[in-house]
Amino acid sequence: MNILVCVKRVPAPGARIVLTDDSQGIDTRHLGFTTSPHEECAVEAAVQLKERHGGTTTVLTLGPPDAVEQLRYSVSVGADRVVLVPADSTEWDPQATASALVEAIKDLEGDSPFDLILFGNESADSGGYQVGIRVARALGRPVISGLKGIEIDGDQMVGRRETDEGFEVYRLPMPAIAAAKEGITLPRYPTLPGRLKSRRAEIHEVPAEMTPGGQEMVSLLKPAEEVTETVILGHGAEAAPGVVRLLEEVGLL
Amino acid sequence: MTRILVFVDNDRGTLSPSALEALTPAYSLADSLDASLELATVGEGGRAALEPVGLGGYVISHPVLSDYAPEAYGDALAQLVSEEQFSVVISLGDDRGAEVMAHMAAVLDQPLVANVTEIADTEGPDGSWEVIRVRWGGSLLERARLRSDLKFLTIAPHTFPAPEPNGGAGPLTTFVPEIPDSLARTRVVERVKLAEGLTLATAPVVVSGGRGVGSAENFAILEELADLLGGVVGCSRVATNNGWRPHSDQVGQTGTRIAPDLYIACGISGAVQHWVGCMASKQILAINTDPEAPLVTKADYAVIGDLHEILAAVIAEIKARP
Ligand SMILES: Cc1cc2nc3c(=O)[nH]c(=O)nc-3n(C[C@H](O)[C@H](O)[C@H](O)COP(=O)(O)OP(=O)(O)OC[C@H]3O[C@@H](n4cnc5c(N)ncnc54)[C@H](O)[C@@H]3O)c2cc1C
Ligand SMILES: Cc1cc2nc3c(=O)[nH]c(=O)nc-3n(C[C@H](O)[C@H](O)[C@H](O)COP(=O)(O)OP(=O)(O)OC[C@H]3O[C@@H](n4cnc5c(N)ncnc54)[C@H](O)[C@@H]3O)c2cc1C
Repeated sequence: MNILVCVKRVPAPGARIVLTDDSQGIDTRHLGFTTSPHEECAVEAAVQLKERHGGTTTVLTLGPPDAVEQLRYSVSVGADRVVLVPADSTEWDPQATASALVEAIKDLEGDSPFDLILFGNESADSGGYQVGIRVARALGRPVISGLKGIEIDGDQMVGRRETDEGFEVYRLPMPAIAAAKEGITLPRYPTLPGRLKSRRAEIHEVPAEMTPGGQEMVSLLKPAEEVTETVILGHGAEAAPGVVRLLEEVGLL
Repeated sequence: MTRILVFVDNDRGTLSPSALEALTPAYSLADSLDASLELATVGEGGRAALEPVGLGGYVISHPVLSDYAPEAYGDALAQLVSEEQFSVVISLGDDRGAEVMAHMAAVLDQPLVANVTEIADTEGPDGSWEVIRVRWGGSLLERARLRSDLKFLTIAPHTFPAPEPNGGAGPLTTFVPEIPDSLARTRVVERVKLAEGLTLATAPVVVSGGRGVGSAENFAILEELADLLGGVVGCSRVATNNGWRPHSDQVGQTGTRIAPDLYIACGISGAVQHWVGCMASKQILAINTDPEAPLVTKADYAVIGDLHEILAAVIAEIKARP
């Protein structure tokens, strides 16, 4: 089982998002960076499948040189090989991103396609819900989104997707592509040996040309925020009668 | 005349409660562009559900489309759009809508703007449009320019109310696409029903816990309160990541978005990714040791202090009621 996972480096805002003065991005001066939880879980799913079925796990990102941080993190939780597709222009929409990923993937694969390529269901920041599907279409491979469960059965990938009533099951012939949601599995924390290994990990660079797409960001804006006057019902246990009165008012008691 | 198509999903003949939401911005768009508006759905089962909407359009039928099959749905929609020369296609950005539209956009090699909340300008330079769309699951918005001949958009769920049916039965024509049998490879092969009952998405009250709860065992007191109130337990990502709760309990950007009558957030700080999941709650009660925690300042009600002590006192008070 050779598996590729595509991840995207994004800032990790906490209690509020602050925009840059020109509204072209998030002010990241005081922020750490991460990937979407969906992608973190996709990496974990890939590592678990490799542990069960053998093979290798490769993690790839298209992004600035700093994205090496996310690649090293993935090594610390079990990825075998990491690939940076360098990108510095800002003209990247989902179509352009997918076109460059397709080039890079073809370059990596040569004549032996990955059995499985995993994406996140949507990126944490831009959330276009489409890059994995565009890549699959360009490579002519079956793809399913929103997976909350994944297993291998012979030459098929078996995927589970949540619905209001339970879940749906899909069976895709491999090589296949899937987009994962957080909850598909529980990501592990890096171990000390994992961290040491990640520091030494070699970063493979695969350059790729992109074909421009038709969507362009003009500016970012903050949604209107309601200002709430919080009613403090009390401190500690003495607040219990106030809480019960609230529960009665809401009609829960 | 410009033709606008709205894709409305049905699941074996049933519409989800939000299925028709995308029609509301589509009606306004059709008005402002003086365009025609039609709908498309897949499978004969959808006919009876969608005729009451009163719009004309298409029921797409093919043996491969006997159940949800995103690749085949995307191909079918792409053929309908090309043959009938629709120039705008809109769908709700729920799981299926987002997936089917992405397939269609990939087949036709067109951009797709996801989770639009407003179509701001349809008269931009060179036929471009300007739209507002959601980023960060709703914590942020983006003004985006769409430059393409065909305009494909998904509409952010829970942004527009569904329109009232207009009464007249719209004539829905059957459209039979050409789809290779091989595309059945991504069709649903099986469904598994889980026990019915209250879910995070439908419970009237959610008692939710975060890092402040401290352990899996400590959630017992939240369970007890939820049971007393007829609700369910929710949690933050820290609780999920620590293995204290299953991911199906997680509220937030990468969990579930909820809108209960009351959300009780215990030991949760209120990061933006959590907030977007609970902000639609009718009332929020925060229980936190920190009076400056963002969830406390954004909540309608708050109790300051240790959640274990407070929940125990609240449960005792409820049990002592006559
Ligand atoms: C260096 C750089 C600068 C950028 N600057 C801007 C900017 O200024 N304005 C702007 O609008 N956009 C910018 N983008 C692009 C934009 O943020 C999106 O990454 C891109 O449009 C893809 O769309 P999405 O994130 O909505 O993808 P989605 O369709 O939501 O992504 C689905 C999945 O695809 C995979 N994926 C997405 N992006 C990547 C990636 N880069 N590498 C590997 N896997 C990926 C992930 O698995 C993700 O979960 C930039 C991108 C890069 C790399
Ligand atoms: C892309 C992305 C997506 C994400 N998606 C989600 C998501 O879907 N859902 C989600 O929840 N998070 C999500 N997160 C994580 C999010 O950013 C926060 O890390 C997380 O919500 C914090 O959880 P918490 O509030 O439980 O923990 P903390 O932020 O550590 O807060 C703990 C709180 O408990 C209080 N406390 C401590 N002890 C007690 C006590 N004894 N009694 C009362 N109060 C106490 C503290 O004062 C503090 O306010 C996401 C992050 C990213 C980057």
